[in-house]
Amino acid sequence: MDISNYIYLSALLFTIGAIGVVVRRNAIVVFMCVELMLNAANLAFVTFARVYGNLDGQVASFFTMVVAACEVVVGLAIIVTIYRSRRSASVDDASLLKR
Amino acid sequence: MVTSTNLVYLIALPLFSAGLLLLLGRIADKWGHIFATLISASVFVIGLIEFFAMQGRDGEARAATQKIFEWISVGSLHVDASLLLDQLSICFVLLISGVGTLIHIYSIAYMSHDHDRRRFFAYLNLFIAAMLLLVLGDSYLNLYVGWEGVGLASYLLIGFWNQKPAYATAAKKAFVANRVGDVGLSLAIMIAFTQFGTVTFAGVKESASGASAGALTAIGAMLLLAAAGKSAQFPLQSWLGDAMAGPTPVSALIHAATMVTAGVYLITRSNFIFDASPTAQLMVVCVGAITLLFGALIGTAKDDIKKALAASTMSQIGYMILATGLGPVGYAFAIMHLLTHGFFKAGMFLGAGSVMHGMNDEVNMRRYGAIGKVMPITAATFGLGYLAILGVPPFAGFYSKDKIIETAFNAGGIEGILLGGATLLGAAITAFYMTRVIVLTFTGTKRWDENAHPHESPFLMWAPMAVLAIGSVASGFLLSSGSALVNWLQPVVNEHHEHHAEEFLPPLVVSALALAVVAIGVAFAVLKYRTVPVSAPEKVSVFTKAARKDLYQDSFNEAVFMRPGQKLTSSLVTTDNRVIDGLVRMVGWIIQTCASAIRGIQNGYVRSYALIMVLGVLALVTAVWMVTL
Repeated sequence: MDISNYIYLSALLFTIGAIGVVVRRNAIVVFMCVELMLNAANLAFVTFARVYGNLDGQVASFFTMVVAACEVVVGLAIIVTIYRSRRSASVDDASLLKR
Repeated sequence: MVTSTNLVYLIALPLFSAGLLLLLGRIADKWGHIFATLISASVFVIGLIEFFAMQGRDGEARAATQKIFEWISVGSLHVDASLLLDQLSICFVLLISGVGTLIHIYSIAYMSHDHDRRRFFAYLNLFIAAMLLLVLGDSYLNLYVGWEGVGLASYLLIGFWNQKPAYATAAKKAFVANRVGDVGLSLAIMIAFTQFGTVTFAGVKESASGASAGALTAIGAMLLLAAAGKSAQFPLQSWLGDAMAGPTPVSALIHAATMVTAGVYLITRSNFIFDASPTAQLMVVCVGAITLLFGALIGTAKDDIKKALAASTMSQIGYMILATGLGPVGYAFAIMHLLTHGFFKAGMFLGAGSVMHGMNDEVNMRRYGAIGKVMPITAATFGLGYLAILGVPPFAGFYSKDKIIETAFNAGGIEGILLGGATLLGAAITAFYMTRVIVLTFTGTKRWDENAHPHESPFLMWAPMAVLAIGSVASGFLLSSGSALVNWLQPVVNEHHEHHAEEFLPPLVVSALALAVVAIGVAFAVLKYRTVPVSAPEKVSVFTKAARKDLYQDSFNEAVFMRPGQKLTSSLVTTDNRVIDGLVRMVGWIIQTCASAIRGIQNGYVRSYALIMVLGVLALVTAVWMVTL
């Protein structure tokens, strides 16, 4: 099978995610972009697992999903807490450590 | 060589007393001076006991030693703190403790109005201890400790009235000039150690005969530098005149009788070095001859009685140094002149102190005049000292100074005539300036300040003067009768009598010549000072002007050493500030600037950190890709 389309898609998704992380300020959107990058990686894993006919890539993608789920729990909790105290979800406002 | 257990007490007693009086402070004010005087007297008694014990032994076996403790034992260097009392040391021990005790007694009265009399006596005892260590040490290193100790005591005592800035400066000047000499001594010790592997007198004496001429000359020159510093000899003589800032008993003890003669002791003690190095000996006689004329010339123009006497001291020590440079025959005469000089010069200084005591501390001789009538005892004792320094027979100076003049003539050839001429000329100038002091102070008309009411000094002051005056009369005869001192010192200085064979002039002719030039000097002074103006005349010859300014020694030192030295230090400070500190500061500046630049990255925006991370990952991936390609 031709995997180049899958890899292009994966690279595209990753790039969109990376650009989103860099240019967007809303913490929720940044978060979603991070998820997008993770899933781009998952897509690449699954594609290669299929090509090589072993399950290592699929197992890796499951791990990624579990870690992503945990990350979402912790990350959203932090974002909600920040939003509650500062009435803003902008990542630029959360720069107290700089001072 | 026997061992004695008493020697350590000679040093320990006055040292203990000095420490005690300084530590107790004002508690000891009531009895401190008496305690210190008793300690000094007991040191003299121990010295006498040792002296008589030495008399009981024969020539070579007379010396006594005592090892106090092992001082340094490193590698091949072993130095014991041990003492050596031989025929040379005992002369000094008796002079230092004897004259020292007399001056302690004198100071009780002289310093009676001083608030800090106890401290003064503590310093005097410290001086006695250091000076005795200097003459009793059995190695150059032990001598060095005493050498520095007397320098310290001299500094403390010159600056005793340090509330006056000029006096504190004089103390510093003496200290600095002495340091220059001390460098010479430490270099001499170092050379001796590298050459001979030992620093004891006995060890160096043993190896000196086999050493190279260059090494011996170097050691001799360095020892001469040390002697010049301590004994105020040319070219390090400038401090002695200013040292007169100290109380007069200090001038009598330290700057006339004992400490300033340490240079003569050093050269006599190192006779084995100088005898083996004619070059070093030539340097010694040159320094002696220059200084004896130098000091005498300065003495002719000084109106300050103490400075006139100080110039005279410088000149007389010049005689001694010259004698030590004349080889084995000279040492005994140098020591003899040193001892007689100790008596008559200390006596005259005490006399000057007595006059000052009666004249409200006036030192200008132009404000004296006719004091002989109101202070007969002072005038008489001073007069005896005067006759002694002139070398009038049968007073002390006649025996010692004439011997030096005679020995100088006997040096042979053109050198002998030059040295003999210099000593004769010195004797004439000595007669002139000492007569000037006598005429200005004790005879003539009153030129006193209105508030001055001179009176004879108390018994405690004139008694020591009287004892010293007796010494000025008798010491020369006693020391030279039957060549007593020459024979006594013979084992130390290796004098052999065959030197007397080649006489340039018979002793009688030398004495007659010396007396003739002295008479000329006296007559000249008497004629010149029939009338004395109260203020020093301004219109004087260039020679008088030069002599008043100490022959420009201070100006010379200032122009040649002080100003360039200051320039050097200030330029070094500038270099330190600009270059050394500049480099250090530049390193700091570079790091700070770089840090400021890098700090810009830490802007607190998560997205810029993310961008850097992404770029980093990209760079990494690219790098891996390039490598695997």
